[in-house]
Amino acid sequence: MIRKLLPYTRGYRWWILGGILCSAAESVLELMLPNAMSDIVDVGIAGGDRSYILASGLKMLVMALLALSGGVGAALLAAKAGMGFGAQLRQAEYEQVQRFSFANIERFSTASLITRLTSDVASMQVTLMMSMRIFVRAPVMLITALVMALRISLPLSQVFLVSIPLLLLAVVVLVTKVGPFFTALQKATDDVNLVVQENLNAIRVVKSFVRETEETEKFAGRNRHLRDTAMRAFGFVVLFMPFITLVMGGTIVAILWIGGHYVGAGSMLSGDLIAFFTYATEILMSLMMVSMVLMMLTRSIACGKRIVEVLTQQPEITDELADPALTVENGAIRFEHVYFKYHPTAEGWNLEDVNLTIESGMTVGILGGTGSAKTTLVSLIPRLYEVNGGAVYVGGHNVKDYTMEALRDGCAMVLQKNTLFSGTVAENLRWGKADATDEELQSACAVACADEFIRAMPEGYESRIEQGGANVSGGQKQRLCIARAILRQPKILILDDSTSAVDTATDARIRDGLRQVLPGTTKLMIAQRITSVMDADLIVVLDDGNISGVGTHEELLAGNRIYQEVYESQQEGVSIDG
Amino acid sequence: MAEARNTRPPHGPGGRQGHGYQRPQDLRGTVGKLLGYVAQYKLLLLGVMACLLISSLGSVAASYLIKPLINDYILPGDFTGLFKMLAVMGGLYAVSAAASFTYARTMVRISQHTVAALRQDLFNKLQTLPISYFDTNQSGDLMSRFTNDIDTVSELINSSLASILSSSLTFVSTFVMMLVLNWQLTLITVFFLLMMGVVVAVIGGRSRTNFQTQQRSLGAVNGYIEEMIEGQKVIKVFNHEKKAVARFTELNAAYRDAATRAQSYAGSMMPAMGNLSRINYAVTCCVGGLLAIGGVFDVGSLGAYLVYVRQVSQPVAQISQQVNVILAAIAGAERIFAVMEQSPEIDEGKTVLVRVEKSGGTLTETERRTGCWAWKAPDGTLTELRGDVRFHDVTFGYTDQKTVLHHVSLWAEPGQKIAFVGSTGAGKTTVTNLINRFYDVQSGSITYDGINVKDIRKESLRRSLGIVLQETRLFTGTVADNIRYGTPDATDEEVRAAARLANADTFIRHLPQGYDTVLTGNGESLSQGERQLLAIARAAVSDPPVLILDEATSSIDTRTEKLIERGMDSLMEGRTVFVIAHRLSTVRNAQAILVLEQGEIVERGDHHQLLAQKGRYYHLYTGQAELG
Repeated sequence: MIRKLLPYTRGYRWWILGGILCSAAESVLELMLPNAMSDIVDVGIAGGDRSYILASGLKMLVMALLALSGGVGAALLAAKAGMGFGAQLRQAEYEQVQRFSFANIERFSTASLITRLTSDVASMQVTLMMSMRIFVRAPVMLITALVMALRISLPLSQVFLVSIPLLLLAVVVLVTKVGPFFTALQKATDDVNLVVQENLNAIRVVKSFVRETEETEKFAGRNRHLRDTAMRAFGFVVLFMPFITLVMGGTIVAILWIGGHYVGAGSMLSGDLIAFFTYATEILMSLMMVSMVLMMLTRSIACGKRIVEVLTQQPEITDELADPALTVENGAIRFEHVYFKYHPTAEGWNLEDVNLTIESGMTVGILGGTGSAKTTLVSLIPRLYEVNGGAVYVGGHNVKDYTMEALRDGCAMVLQKNTLFSGTVAENLRWGKADATDEELQSACAVACADEFIRAMPEGYESRIEQGGANVSGGQKQRLCIARAILRQPKILILDDSTSAVDTATDARIRDGLRQVLPGTTKLMIAQRITSVMDADLIVVLDDGNISGVGTHEELLAGNRIYQEVYESQQEGVSIDG
Repeated sequence: MAEARNTRPPHGPGGRQGHGYQRPQDLRGTVGKLLGYVAQYKLLLLGVMACLLISSLGSVAASYLIKPLINDYILPGDFTGLFKMLAVMGGLYAVSAAASFTYARTMVRISQHTVAALRQDLFNKLQTLPISYFDTNQSGDLMSRFTNDIDTVSELINSSLASILSSSLTFVSTFVMMLVLNWQLTLITVFFLLMMGVVVAVIGGRSRTNFQTQQRSLGAVNGYIEEMIEGQKVIKVFNHEKKAVARFTELNAAYRDAATRAQSYAGSMMPAMGNLSRINYAVTCCVGGLLAIGGVFDVGSLGAYLVYVRQVSQPVAQISQQVNVILAAIAGAERIFAVMEQSPEIDEGKTVLVRVEKSGGTLTETERRTGCWAWKAPDGTLTELRGDVRFHDVTFGYTDQKTVLHHVSLWAEPGQKIAFVGSTGAGKTTVTNLINRFYDVQSGSITYDGINVKDIRKESLRRSLGIVLQETRLFTGTVADNIRYGTPDATDEEVRAAARLANADTFIRHLPQGYDTVLTGNGESLSQGERQLLAIARAAVSDPPVLILDEATSSIDTRTEKLIERGMDSLMEGRTVFVIAHRLSTVRNAQAILVLEQGEIVERGDHHQLLAQKGRYYHLYTGQAELG
């Protein structure tokens, strides 16, 4: 994982190195202070040498000032490197998601991708920043303090042979045991949040079915479980501090007892003794710091893994075999023995041996029940998914021969679950054509029957659309999305149930308009209403991943059972039409 | 674990709300309320205080022993005395460790119980809030009370509270000991403590303003990520990837720069404080050495004193670090209490729904499932539930500024199917919101079997109404659990019968574990249509006298709708049904069709009458007007 994340420190490696050096310098200087102090006690005070004391004092002051600049420097460099690394990682991950195919996106789900891009990256950048300081400081302090202690008195240092392994054991136990505790805690937290989330979203259902008491009980049960899990987890963690105090106290007592004898015997100076147990505290403190860092690391490893999963996910569809010069010349479409399924492990096919030929410029209606793979069929044309067998041809070339950009420039698709973005109406429309003039926008909107309601909005084309198009109705949103697609002037236009919220008369107007402004464009329309497709050049009836019938309205009405059933189910409304 | 995290709302730390660094509005009031939650642990808290005192005094005293140890025992070479003193010292450390263990354990207990109580109260409160509250507050925002806000409060009670207490105690006792040892040297420390105060004020202040900028730009990046990822498929279809990256790059760089500044200040705080303490140490050492030569001060005292010098700045640094956590936590608590102070749904109704047995015109209350219901007035009189719903001159608006329904009068006789048609915003769903009292009428009245709905206890009222809403919401649990959601005591056979009625049985049996298949994430593995079928089955199993279908079949294709028509017909049989439908074919056989336009009923009649009128309905039906 670290190997995968390392490249994103590029450009900040000098900062990281500098930060580590500053941090190391601070730690070493800091640890030399007690030594200088013992000089003052043993040489200065004992010898009554005032100028020595002043000189040593000055030396200490300089060291402290240097440590100060080292510390602040380390902090600044760590901030720079940590945030820079975070930004590069976020950038790389975001760009990677832009390369994803639909199948890649679905493998992660939207909510999970957002977490991986936001809080997971945040956790990684903090980890780098912190570990640059603490991870350097702790080992440097440990080693320096140990060296200093050894230099003062080798025999007295034997005390550490007991206390350090004891503390290390505690650290190891803590770090290994704490993982499962926190996994359980996370699970319990998620369980509680799930109930809250579902209740917030489904509050009308809860109230309608008078289930407040049951929901409260359900929550209470999970809440109690969370509380008890948290008590177990934190109850375990707090064992650590008293244990450290105990070991530290024991060490100090031992040092004073043994060291006292040395001082008594004259083999050690009292100043050295004071300095020695200052180092002892530093050693034990740095071990404690190591344990804290390790605990933090175990948490951020999980985040790092999730980020790496995104970064190493192979974009399923690439331009590898594409001819960069190829563009979509015409709107002819051909499916040749196409097989497709969403999940490689699934048993059945979502599309099975589909053969279909559509000539350029045709208007094609696609009809079929829920789950009959209408959307799947049209998604293969702009190569949103990769076929498992057979091939799809657009403009006489296999879709794989085009670059994705060229292919999708040639065929515009209005998705069933469509999205508008926060910004003005015009900005949203210009997704279709970045340099479209106001006139172009208006004429596209006129075809999509959107011009009228846009003009009625307070600021017309400059009115703001909220995130996800929350402030326009379903029918208005659909018409805006159609206008956005028309602006592309595509060779192929795919409308996936794009007029479901639009009334039949407007629907008919839009279809007429499309025919006039995009005469050469192949138009594919998935629809529920028979009236929307009955005048198409070709109607494709799908049933459970197979083509049940292809033909004109009259042909299908004469010979296709499904088409007849759908027709009859919608008959009454139509009969009055005339 | 990756999947479990999905249940979190996408507003993680510093999400779009980005209120991690707000200052509380009413510090005193909020702290008071929080203390109210902790108050029941008064005795335990006293114990904690005692333990804290023992633990800090224990370590301070142990350090104090160093002076006599060196001066009186080690230097003169009195080793039996040294042994005794060391035993005392060891004892002090042991007591201190034991005390700190006890208080830490107790604090975990207190904090987790308090936070759990807070969480429970918040959830209980949510259950009592009126629908209008949920309509006006985003669920992501409410969710963050449960996640971010509760977390910060938990952090406050769990670690900050104890750490502030122990830091203050350590500081005070250390400072006192320093004064006892040598007040002249302490002056030096006072000077450096003041310097630290200046550092905290200056760097801390800068750090806070920079943090606000950082949070804002973080909110911008995260908000952008959220919007783009949610619209990722549209981005792909429009070849918009490069542009999506370009804007992201700007925001990402802006956040990086803001964060670098904020973190530089925040990160400098600790080293600055730590090293000021070291300069203090150096100066003290030098001056103390000179004093020792002058004979004012002995070596042992200097040793002990220097230990205190190192100790005294730690609590200051710790508290200065906690200030932001505390402010954030109190701001979080404030938001939690703001929800708790919302007024709950009013329910002054006294009439309740009871099961009855009908034998020759007289009704007797019973516990058995007779399929017969009655309204029981406070005085004990029983009125049979028939399903007669009337609106008398009802006027209503969600806000005072905008009236949605104007003087609406309508009636539904028992067993009638009443359909509402009209364009978006005409007030169709509003009518149903008033029947089940999600909202209350502003003028006029609604009666149910002759009883004003305001006199009926909401629980009873809603139990008598089965609702299928436009947007299907399913819960994590098995398919069967979801179907029997409103009727937990329904048998497996009843569940299956309801599923068959809704034509859901076939697809359910095709699921991996049939009726025991666990649905997650609002049934994301099912299609829209399948989920609607489940919602219909859910309403069917509770066998309600009155049924409200709000666009119940909008996601079901016409052929499937035809298939479930018979089921729907038998579901509606003998019940009063209110239907809102997008497809006019669904409402054709209603006894009465009400055409709503801008909050007024413009037409009423059956299908043929309305067509003959050649009015609004005729235009809608023939596709000459738009439905929303």
